[in-house]
Amino acid sequence: MKQVHLICIGCPLGCPLTAELEDREVRSVTGNTCKNGEKYARKELTHPTRIVTSTVRVSGGELAMVSVKTASDIPKDQIFDCIHALKDVEVPAPISMGQVILPNVAGTGVDIVATKAVRRSRAGS
Amino acid sequence: MQNYDLVIIGGGPAGLAAAVAARNAGIENLLILERDRELGGILNQCIHNGFGLHTFREELTGPEYAGRFIEQVQTLGIPYKLNTMVLDLAADKTITAMSREDGLFRLQPKAVILAMGCRERPRGALNIPGYRPAGIYTAGTAQRLVNMEGFLPGRKVVILGSGDIGLIMARRMTLEGAQVQVVAELMPYSGGLKRNIVQCLDDFGIPLKLSHTVVDIQGRERVEGITLARVENGKPVPGTEEHYDCDTLLLSCGLIPENELSRAAGVAISPVTNGPTVNESLETSIPGVFAAGNVLHVHDLVDYVSEEAAAAGRHAAALIRTGQQVSGRTLPIRCRDGVRYTVPTSIRPEALDPDGTVTLRFRVDGVYRDKRIVVLAGSQPIFSRKRPVLAPGEMETVQLKSRLILDCPDVGELTVKLEDA
Ligand SMILES: Cc1cc2nc3c(=O)[nH]c(=O)nc-3n(C[C@H](O)[C@H](O)[C@H](O)COP(=O)(O)OP(=O)(O)OC[C@H]3O[C@@H](n4cnc5c(N)ncnc54)[C@H](O)[C@@H]3O)c2cc1C
Ligand code: SF4
Repeated sequence: MKQVHLICIGCPLGCPLTAELEDREVRSVTGNTCKNGEKYARKELTHPTRIVTSTVRVSGGELAMVSVKTASDIPKDQIFDCIHALKDVEVPAPISMGQVILPNVAGTGVDIVATKAVRRSRAGS
Repeated sequence: MQNYDLVIIGGGPAGLAAAVAARNAGIENLLILERDRELGGILNQCIHNGFGLHTFREELTGPEYAGRFIEQVQTLGIPYKLNTMVLDLAADKTITAMSREDGLFRLQPKAVILAMGCRERPRGALNIPGYRPAGIYTAGTAQRLVNMEGFLPGRKVVILGSGDIGLIMARRMTLEGAQVQVVAELMPYSGGLKRNIVQCLDDFGIPLKLSHTVVDIQGRERVEGITLARVENGKPVPGTEEHYDCDTLLLSCGLIPENELSRAAGVAISPVTNGPTVNESLETSIPGVFAAGNVLHVHDLVDYVSEEAAAAGRHAAALIRTGQQVSGRTLPIRCRDGVRYTVPTSIRPEALDPDGTVTLRFRVDGVYRDKRIVVLAGSQPIFSRKRPVLAPGEMETVQLKSRLILDCPDVGELTVKLEDA
């Protein structure tokens, strides 16, 4: 039995987790405060994923940029592909919260969605 | 002069949660004043996720978390004024504010909630020798530039200070194509959350050098490089210098509550938190003036900000409804053996809901293992809980049953301390 120590990134509490591995299979997880901690440890040790957040440019909006995120987590090794796919994206205002900004980002099957609403600029730029 | 029952200064998460709670407690005549062009406070520039897991059972980004509260404020029809800066708060609670729309105006509310948040420690206070070339930013300024203006302030970056904003900016700038070479931290432990070290540094192989500081900055017009050295007993150790080429230095050296207004009003300020001292109702030394959120003490979890602010909103509502101050004993809360401060700083037993609880939040002064948190009423222990690890970067919370305090009618003070487990 092998012991692995991890920090749960599920939320800012950052619980110290201990996972017991046998033949690369997770046997048990301890140290978690809630059940997300166990889920995290199992995932992190088999196929780690992350939610990616960034911003994209807005045209004709009250704000210059809109914040976005992956609608769910994507494989950790595709973070940079995801960011690259967002480089030249520009979205016209108005934008509603949760609006799909880029479907199926970098072939992950996950959409990029807006995390903020942006109204059209009153000046009409 | 316009009259309000309640005026809330600041429209960040603290101000919004306080307003919603006060309205739900029956206060109709209230107003939020916000100097920015939108509600939401610092959360508008915190585009990363990790907010609100405990409040909404969902992992939200900063703008989404703020959005939930803004929606409630709008649904409840709570009035707010944007682009409105509060210039002065007087001891009699007169508020002087200014906006382009209304010019200079005064308000005379029955109660005030301070929710002004905090600001970053300025670099002048950091004592780094050398010139002051361009390319030095606080981490929060860099965050604003990247996330709100879409401008990357540099390509080769060194970060001094391992506070959360610095860690988050290490990842953000890496993703945007900058090369973050190192994060240096003066203390032997990080001031940021562990999850941020994992996700923002470890994920990208960015080294964190504890007990290190910047001893020299090169470049006259623009930063060209910096020198780090190891620190022992507060002094750089000769011979440990390391040079890094960089065009940008980010400073992430902590936050201080924004209390110019409170000070001018004569609100008593704690020298430890730089925030007001408050009683169990989150009321400051001026009756009818309450405080919550980062203006009171720096929080790392916005969920606790909302929770604390909602309590302040309810207490302000109760005061407005009864129009009466609670009389009776005031028990100061002493901090000992590793406990740096508590919020509140005192408790009036008469003000407690006998069937309810009172929340004590505090921070420790170093990293501790295998301790227990103990609360004493006089010299009698009334609460104890084991904690395997405590660190200054993480706020501790204790929920005390009011009964435990009310059952000790003769004690003159409470004490919060750490003991060996
Ligand atoms: C970079 C960063 C990252 C963070 N990351 C996380 C995280 O991952 N997870 C998490 O849970 N929490 C996180 N936090 C913490 C959380 O965001 C804060 O605790 C929270 O925003 C504090 O809320 P507040 O309302 O007290 O202050 P603020 O959000 O700062 O709001 C204060 C408001 O008051 C206004 N104001 C100030 N003075 C005046 C005046 N004189 N007149 C009118 N208005 C005024 C300001 O404009 C501002 O809008 C983070 C904080 C920062 C800074
Ligand atoms: S185990 Fe649960 S409480 Fe602990 S860090 Fe993970 S998500 Fe947060």
